[in-house]
Amino acid sequence: MERIPILKMGEFLLVTIQIDMHDRLALTLQDDLTAQIVRHRTSGVLIDISALEMVDSFIGRMLGTIAAMAHLLDAETVVVGMQPSVAITLVELGLSLKGIRTALDVEKGMITLQAALSEREEHADAGS
Amino acid sequence: MDSLTNAVADVISKREKEITTRWLELQSKSGRRSSAAEKQEATRESNEFIDALKAASQKEKLEDIGAPGWAPMRDLLSGFSARRAKSGYTPTETASFVFSLKEPLFAAIQEEYGKDREAALAATWQTTTLLDKLGLFTMESFQKTREEVISRQQQELMELSTPVVRLWENILALPLIGTLDSARTQIVMQNLLDAIVQTRSDFAIIDITGVPIVDTLVAQHLLKTVAAARLMGADCLISGIRPQIAQTIIHLGVDLSEVTTKATLADAFAVALRRSGHAVVKNEKIAATGAR
Amino acid sequence: MQVLSSESLPIRSSEDIVIVRQAVRKRAVSLGFGLVDQTKFVTAASELARNTLDYGGGGVVQIELVENVRKSGVRLVFEDQGPGIPDIELALTEGYTSGNGMGLGLGEAKRLSHEFEIWSKPGEGTRVSILRWK
Repeated sequence: MERIPILKMGEFLLVTIQIDMHDRLALTLQDDLTAQIVRHRTSGVLIDISALEMVDSFIGRMLGTIAAMAHLLDAETVVVGMQPSVAITLVELGLSLKGIRTALDVEKGMITLQAALSEREEHADAGS
Repeated sequence: MDSLTNAVADVISKREKEITTRWLELQSKSGRRSSAAEKQEATRESNEFIDALKAASQKEKLEDIGAPGWAPMRDLLSGFSARRAKSGYTPTETASFVFSLKEPLFAAIQEEYGKDREAALAATWQTTTLLDKLGLFTMESFQKTREEVISRQQQELMELSTPVVRLWENILALPLIGTLDSARTQIVMQNLLDAIVQTRSDFAIIDITGVPIVDTLVAQHLLKTVAAARLMGADCLISGIRPQIAQTIIHLGVDLSEVTTKATLADAFAVALRRSGHAVVKNEKIAATGAR
Repeated sequence: MQVLSSESLPIRSSEDIVIVRQAVRKRAVSLGFGLVDQTKFVTAASELARNTLDYGGGGVVQIELVENVRKSGVRLVFEDQGPGIPDIELALTEGYTSGNGMGLGLGEAKRLSHEFEIWSKPGEGTRVSILRWK
């Protein structure tokens, strides 16, 4: 059965969605990713959607779910590479993907993740 | 009436030369003075028209120029009127091309049918109806081309009036001038997002100094643009908020709490620089000498 | 309005939804839609195709090329013999924003199209049609 590959990039996980996913594949991805986050004790996940020519409400929900699940497992998520036409469509729909961090590409995504993690540490320190 | 259809085609084939010559004479007499090149073009177009007329009238009924047999003629006239429209001819000048063929054709029919007045009358009537239809078709095509030109110009105007300026390596500015309706917003978003991708910018400053009216719709369009830029990983700031605009926004209950807003573009630029870790340092030596 | 061509695709599995998206994209491209307009329409199609599958129990979509005086466009008609929608007004206002609930995506599809029509009768089925002009 086809799966979307999850790569380890340093301390982070990188998921590159390269094909037009059908729903079952999307759900499998959610399961796989959660498992991998736990297995590698990852603190950050990058989801590269630069190949997606369309993001509908289902995929939008999937991204939100992944971010929420990752957060529960103590990992931060960044969605990178959204195509301009996809962004404009999402905005027309009123789906701003609130609560999901976004970055232009993998490089900037890593910087965003680093920043998010150090921010988390600061809060943790301040708390204790 | 089939014999009549062929009669028209017949008359044209028998007297083609005299018809065409007389027609070209009439064309050059009416309307504008044309150059030698234009005259050559007119000759070519006229010959093509006669050929198409012959071909269609031999195969197809004269009543319905929408029939498939008339397609080559329709294409010819579409191309012809499009060219004329773009060259600045008037609709009348363009349609006259077809209408001026009436005189030579009627004359030819008279000569051909001579004594048989009924047949001559019938043929004349059929010819005039046909040429009327073709002439009107020419005018419609002309209109269509004009409309396409205008619509393209409007589009270009919209795109030109929404430039995206690069203030610094990773900071873009979008000075908006004029109204922000939904059509314009689409173009603004496209230009801005494409620029973000190309320049890999982290910040976009939308300056609304030149936007005279900010109502609920405009505010929504602005928020949409901000949201779109955010999805591309860029942080948006809005500058150029005049006191009246500030009041309007509060009254409307628009929620701009998530967006950084500044009164001037300069202020917004300073914030963006600071956020991206840049500092502007004054070089006292240069300042003192006032070097240019 | 004239229908110039019509193509019918089944919606019986989630793979079919992908096929529908690709077919709609192809139609839109052939008509010369700009990239953003293509994306909007394909997204709308995806929402409705998913509804047809998830809530309608499967169905069919008709992809039509239409023409009206001076303009041409693409129309999609989704049809299923499912349970139908009891409250259409409500369904149109809900959608993604309601979270999980119905999530019918109808409002979404409507927002992304130029014309939208819906017919539904509980127990009989649903028919939704969206149209986008070039």
